[in-house]
Amino acid sequence: MRRQVPLLLTAIVGFVYIIQFFVPHKPFNIIEHLFTDWILIIAACAIWLGVLNLLKLSSEKVYKRAKDWPYALVIICGFFMITVAGFFFSGGRAFQESGTAFDYIYVNIFTPLSATMFALLAFFVASASYRAFRARTFEATLLLLAGFFVMLGRVPVGDLMTSWLPQGYRLSDLAGWIMMVPNMAGQRAIMIGIALGIMSTSLRVILGIERTITGGE
Amino acid sequence: MKFFEKLMSIDRRVIFLFVGVALIVPLFLDIEQTIEITPEVQTLYDAFMELPPGSKVLMAFDYDPPSAPELQPQAITGLRLCFDRNLKVIIIGLWPMGPMQANLALETVFSEENYFDKEPIYGVDYVNLGYSPGNELVIQRMGSSIPATFPRDFRGTSIEEIPLMRGIVNFSNFDYVFNLSAGYPGTVEWVQFAVDRFHARMGAANTAVQAPLVYPYIGTGQLTGLSGGMKGAAEFEKLTGFIGKGTKFMLSQSFAHMIVVFFIIIGNLAYFVTRGREEKKTG
Repeated sequence: MRRQVPLLLTAIVGFVYIIQFFVPHKPFNIIEHLFTDWILIIAACAIWLGVLNLLKLSSEKVYKRAKDWPYALVIICGFFMITVAGFFFSGGRAFQESGTAFDYIYVNIFTPLSATMFALLAFFVASASYRAFRARTFEATLLLLAGFFVMLGRVPVGDLMTSWLPQGYRLSDLAGWIMMVPNMAGQRAIMIGIALGIMSTSLRVILGIERTITGGE
Repeated sequence: MKFFEKLMSIDRRVIFLFVGVALIVPLFLDIEQTIEITPEVQTLYDAFMELPPGSKVLMAFDYDPPSAPELQPQAITGLRLCFDRNLKVIIIGLWPMGPMQANLALETVFSEENYFDKEPIYGVDYVNLGYSPGNELVIQRMGSSIPATFPRDFRGTSIEEIPLMRGIVNFSNFDYVFNLSAGYPGTVEWVQFAVDRFHARMGAANTAVQAPLVYPYIGTGQLTGLSGGMKGAAEFEKLTGFIGKGTKFMLSQSFAHMIVVFFIIIGNLAYFVTRGREEKKTG
């Protein structure tokens, strides 16, 4: 039962979605709306599940004094701080509005911290490019040249360096061509491949052939 | 020989230092840059300009603070363009932080002198419907019923009480969709559901990392325009005539790109010299 019921539900929902795509009329559209509403409710509940799970794992880590437990403590404190601020210190307004305690934490703590984490990428990308972009093979050379021209062509300095060339032959034009022709062709191939993969996997799941989602072999 | 071997393995902290200097110093410089407009940003701008006053624009804020340096200038420019042209803006977010970023962008726009006397009215000129979980299924549900997907705005007001939302049922009631995206769910999902399924007219602003993934949608006409990364933000600002952070930060990006290219050249030069010597040695 624990496996058959989820498989049956998957099959019913999957077939309804496929049918309503081609026949968007009663009763399929009504059933589809109902299923979509359920999925949205489940998605909202999943957020709570995620939050509770994170708190449980972090609490266990702190309790057992596991490796890096102080970070887990920061997670718990941060969670309660922003939750309390949002629920109880908004002064009768929506917690997301300007001037609330939640907004203050968001703007002055969360935003700079997360922006700092992401900004570190610039440094690691520079270091990784220096080490990885070596013209060892023909393919690596192509990648290197494409990266080289796009990096310079996507900033104004690229055009400044090639300002002596006629319009249409400058670095920005070359970067644009790389993006619009080879990149687009490659992306299309990847997209079509992914779409075919998703279709075949979805069909396997809907038809019950693929059972790993329920923990089966 | 040792010199080139050293060049082959420069300590990463040295590279970090160069990148840091390249990013910070330009913030204090005032150098004029020539920003060329790419066709995809021009068509995005044209799509906004073709909308008659009073048109309804759905703006989906699908990003969070880490991507804000690239997307926030585009959001501000998009909002300003809408308000200047008297377009009505309906804001939603498929990312939890999206509607917060929208509020911050609105604050920036309204703090400008132009809006002191004629600040757009909430509920009449713009509305923020907040975040809804469910990723692409939110878009799918919006295709059949927006009131069912977003029954309240971010303040908890029923959308039946919001004048701007009267008569809005699904995508056919929007004249344009503008998606600001930093990943999943984002532009790809909006194209697959809102454009392909419900025939919405759409343009997008993406992070530089994500932009190459959505280029195929420009070629097919599924996207009317695309503004990618900081460069896209600078172009968008240039077209609208307002110079903001997108343009200002381009100088830092130019210097940073030059540093990366410089190190790539050094690395390859050292690689070829040392490889040539090794080949000579081995005969």
